[in-house]
Amino acid sequence: MTVRDMTAARQQIRDGEPEQTAARRQLTSQRAGTQLPRADRRTTQDGTVHTVAIEQAAVPVQATAAATIPAAVATTAAAADPVLELRGAAVRVGGRTLWSGVDLDVRAGEFVAVLGPNGVGKSTLLKVLLGVLPAAEGEARVLGLRPGQGGDRVGYLPQRRSFGPGMRIRGVDLVRLGLDGDRWGLPLPGGRRRREQAERIAEVVELVGATAYAHRPIGECSGGEQQRLLIAQALVRRPAVLLLDEPLDSLDLPNQSAVAALIGRICHQEGVAVVMVAHDVNPILHHLDRVVYIAGGGAVAGAPGEVVTSENLTRLYGTPVEVLRTADGRLVVVGQPEA
Amino acid sequence: MPVQFSWNLLTDFQEMWSYPFMVNAFRAGAVVALVAGAIGWFMVLRRQSFAGHTLGVVAFPGASFATLAGISTGFGYFGFCLAAALVIALLRREGRDADAEESAATGVVQAFLLACGFLFIALYKGLLSGPESILFGSFLGITTGQVLLLALVGLAVLAVLVVIGRPLLFASVDPQVAAARGVPVRLLSTLFLLLLGAATAEAAQITGSLLVFALLVLPAATAQVLTARPALSLLLTLLLGFGATWAGLIAAWYWPYPLGFFVTSFAFAGYLLAHAARLVARRRGTGAGAGAMTAVPRTDAARRVAV
Repeated sequence: MTVRDMTAARQQIRDGEPEQTAARRQLTSQRAGTQLPRADRRTTQDGTVHTVAIEQAAVPVQATAAATIPAAVATTAAAADPVLELRGAAVRVGGRTLWSGVDLDVRAGEFVAVLGPNGVGKSTLLKVLLGVLPAAEGEARVLGLRPGQGGDRVGYLPQRRSFGPGMRIRGVDLVRLGLDGDRWGLPLPGGRRRREQAERIAEVVELVGATAYAHRPIGECSGGEQQRLLIAQALVRRPAVLLLDEPLDSLDLPNQSAVAALIGRICHQEGVAVVMVAHDVNPILHHLDRVVYIAGGGAVAGAPGEVVTSENLTRLYGTPVEVLRTADGRLVVVGQPEA
Repeated sequence: MPVQFSWNLLTDFQEMWSYPFMVNAFRAGAVVALVAGAIGWFMVLRRQSFAGHTLGVVAFPGASFATLAGISTGFGYFGFCLAAALVIALLRREGRDADAEESAATGVVQAFLLACGFLFIALYKGLLSGPESILFGSFLGITTGQVLLLALVGLAVLAVLVVIGRPLLFASVDPQVAAARGVPVRLLSTLFLLLLGAATAEAAQITGSLLVFALLVLPAATAQVLTARPALSLLLTLLLGFGATWAGLIAAWYWPYPLGFFVTSFAFAGYLLAHAARLVARRRGTGAGAGAMTAVPRTDAARRVAV
């Protein structure tokens, strides 16, 4: 982590974000520190920050603690390395610049949605973070490395793919492929390693709530069940970053909200940084820590409460969009052009 | 053949194996069944049956060209099948419509090479024992040298498959994620087509060019009806292919019909039985099945409330 990055990260906290969001972030990165040591490995490089994080983690962390954390502490912890970074990034596909000058920081345990009209390059943003497509300008870092160097610490769920009834392979087999499918040679039956793998698979299947149907052929599972198993596949190697491309697409409404809640839970509980591309913001809105709207060749990022406003969305989509607040304080976007 | 089939298999085998060419036939059959079964299992999973069919058909011009040129038919089979596999792999393009493009390109290759086969036969005029054995298989006159060639190629194919099997499975089931995990999906696809070419060339020498599916598709499809566990399914495929081939050889020895017909019929019977078994299992499990059907939405709803 360079000094410049640290300053930039701090600066952003001071400038853009309300104290409470920063405090919440502190909370999640603490959890990450206690539950997923791997997720915080890079933090150990700058000693002071790490020490603070560990000390804070020793204090019992409850949801109610968010308001009581002193602002000073929040600022210190917010300086923790962003897991994902874009600095003035631009991307070109077929000679056309899709977007440019995009800045983005995502920290451990943050749930960020990438939104915007069709064809603005939302999925392309994931491709840049995956290292499949180079950034034409600016800089992209994933876990402090160049994109594509993160290996199994980056989980990826491509745009929804479904398995027909002809696919005669079980859900657990699919999850297992996520664990060791890229290894050459045949696995030997038995042995400690194999047992550990089986345990990890059972654990991650349980985490997504798919235990009841994980042993059925994947083609016989419903869309929502398949999506849960695919999320388990993406999570099985305990990634620090999860990149999801429209995981709610073509699910029915109850499944959309259930899968969105699942992803939000994994993100906040396991301290995984989640970047989700979506075209409908409503099912995920109340789980989000931040939204990124891509439109008109650039991007607007910020806390949902600030960015998701009638004026902003109307301007970004170029068509009347209204943001309403429900009785329980949730935001609902109405009139957003659906894909 | 002079001797009647008795239900005592021991005496039958003693009788058949007193002829060296028959021993060779059984050896070749075993090799071919295992190789075609293993490759066929991946082919069915990858939905590349059309490519497999084309490569099988290509065995026909391969064998007739070898006969015309006066070289061992084994070389004709392998040469043509591998070359065609490479052509199909090169014509294949990545992208959304890759499947459609592949089948069109494959069809082009198939039509042209089939036409070549007929030309070779016409050029050979009369002296060819008839395209029948090339098309429908034959177990007569398989030499020890041929068995050795089949075994060596088969061993090489299986060795490569052991090394690439797991990433190939990943790339077959879930190519996008496999690619993101660093699996060389494109390379594996080409490599698999070459293995498929070699396997069809082997199978065509037993079942004939038109009936390679008997060993490539049927055992794999049957096994995949019976189970969704990859390892078990692969093992079943090998057993079924092996069983159908040896049963076919026995039948072809005692009854005067083509070997390809028997092998295919036995494999097909197995396929029907597997479907019947699954149907019966479903019927029998109706009560439990219906229970599971209603239970799923309920647990779903419960989970929704919980999270």
